[in-house]
Amino acid sequence: MYYKGFYLMEKNELLPHLFRTEYSKITAVLCKLFGFEHIEIAEDIASDTFLSASEIWGLKGLPENPVAWLYTVAKNKAKNHLKHEAIFNKKIASQLSRSATDTAIPEIDLSVKNIKDSQLQMIFAICHPAILAEAQIGLALRILCGFGINEIADAFLTNKETISKRLQRARDKLRAAQIKIEFPGEIEIDKRLETVLRTLYLLFNEGYYSASHNSSLRKDLCFEAMRLTYLLIENEATNIPAVNALLSLMSFQSSRFEARMNQQGETVLYDDQDTNLWNGELITQGEYFLNVASQGNDISKYHLEAGIAYWHTIKADTKEKWENILQLYNHLLQVEYSPIAALNRTYALSKANGKREAIIEAQKLNLANHHLYHVLLGELYTGIDNPRALSCFEKALTLTNASTDKKIISQKMLLCR
Amino acid sequence: MKDFLFAYRTDYGAVPKGSPEEMQANTKKWMDWIGSIAAQNKLSDRGNRLESSGKVLKANNVITDGPYTEIKESLGGYSIVKAASMEEAIELAKGCPILATGGNVEIREISVL
Repeated sequence: MYYKGFYLMEKNELLPHLFRTEYSKITAVLCKLFGFEHIEIAEDIASDTFLSASEIWGLKGLPENPVAWLYTVAKNKAKNHLKHEAIFNKKIASQLSRSATDTAIPEIDLSVKNIKDSQLQMIFAICHPAILAEAQIGLALRILCGFGINEIADAFLTNKETISKRLQRARDKLRAAQIKIEFPGEIEIDKRLETVLRTLYLLFNEGYYSASHNSSLRKDLCFEAMRLTYLLIENEATNIPAVNALLSLMSFQSSRFEARMNQQGETVLYDDQDTNLWNGELITQGEYFLNVASQGNDISKYHLEAGIAYWHTIKADTKEKWENILQLYNHLLQVEYSPIAALNRTYALSKANGKREAIIEAQKLNLANHHLYHVLLGELYTGIDNPRALSCFEKALTLTNASTDKKIISQKMLLCR
Repeated sequence: MKDFLFAYRTDYGAVPKGSPEEMQANTKKWMDWIGSIAAQNKLSDRGNRLESSGKVLKANNVITDGPYTEIKESLGGYSIVKAASMEEAIELAKGCPILATGGNVEIREISVL
């Protein structure tokens, strides 16, 4: 049983763990009950619940079932709030006067089903097209994933104040746009899912590519994005091929998590990674969801990116591998252009068709203000025209301030001296 | 940026069918060429291929088999690209694989209604 593991955890590990898993559930259920106008109240009650837990568990020891304890306390706090606050008068008192026999307080339903439904509806509410992508990610981290303000600030490499302000603006926007916490209708679900998937994809990338040095935080971000994506897969109406493709992509990417950074926290490039550190289970999981995603004719950008990520789980450099990656990038760029995809496509072209053709193509890209453009050109010239390669790498160095980038570029320069 | 139509024409009857490998190699050339335009962020619409047979309807219910029976080359497909000028659009068209098999690309600026 799931709960048993809790007793193996030290008390100081258990609470943060429960906070991560349960805070968002309690908030989602309460927020659904109160509406977005009172989102802070829902968040406060959830936070208060954990404060009580840390006080009481510290004194009396762990309750037998910590999760049930949290739910009971949250329910009681919510009931007390409903009794005493203005929201009670506004929403419930009018009904009370009509049927005095009714027990006034609505049932606070923390059943597995209602938690899942509330969280799903919350995903759709937060990933609403009216909210800016950056604010969506912040809200998702806070409300759907239970991240603290400090952690969000760390992930975005900014300070607490900036994040607090950003979240406040996003909450105001949710209220102003009168976004309801509900499941979108059948007709608009595909369109709304597009925004949801984009946010989950960005959330994952935030963790995967973040410059933050806190690697366990980055991992958490990625796994939270996967958990939310899985929530969509478990739900029949949202279990469409693109969602499976996205989870497949996330699984393949995160399979390299341990290999892409060394013990000093420095980036290890793909070519230099120890494949023993690649996570076989996640690769198998990626293959499984890619398979599910392939049923039907729909090819989303997540299908194409998952396909590219799949070929990267095969380390050996074969013609077949790079030809497939090239064609997937050709297709991806037709679906959605991005500078990174254009650069990666040109790299794949050099592997599939040769460096000389790739150099000609690279020069057409018009990305000279991007440091990675010059890194790519440097790599393409390495072994063909080393002095030229060096000057490309030098140009790249002038266009980035990140120390990890500079280190990688310097390593590449050694190869062409 | 303006949109330009690329209309691909060739004498499809005269193009040898080739082995499956040759056909695959030809598909790759098209994919790499379109991918190159897309990588420059200059593809508006990949477009489509057209079936080889078609009819032309003229006034008084006259129906003929093709646009100009006296000309063998026919329209096989189209794409729409983005370019700053006709000159730039012509540059983009230069790598089109149809040129290697005796076909041509007609380039027309699209005048938006």
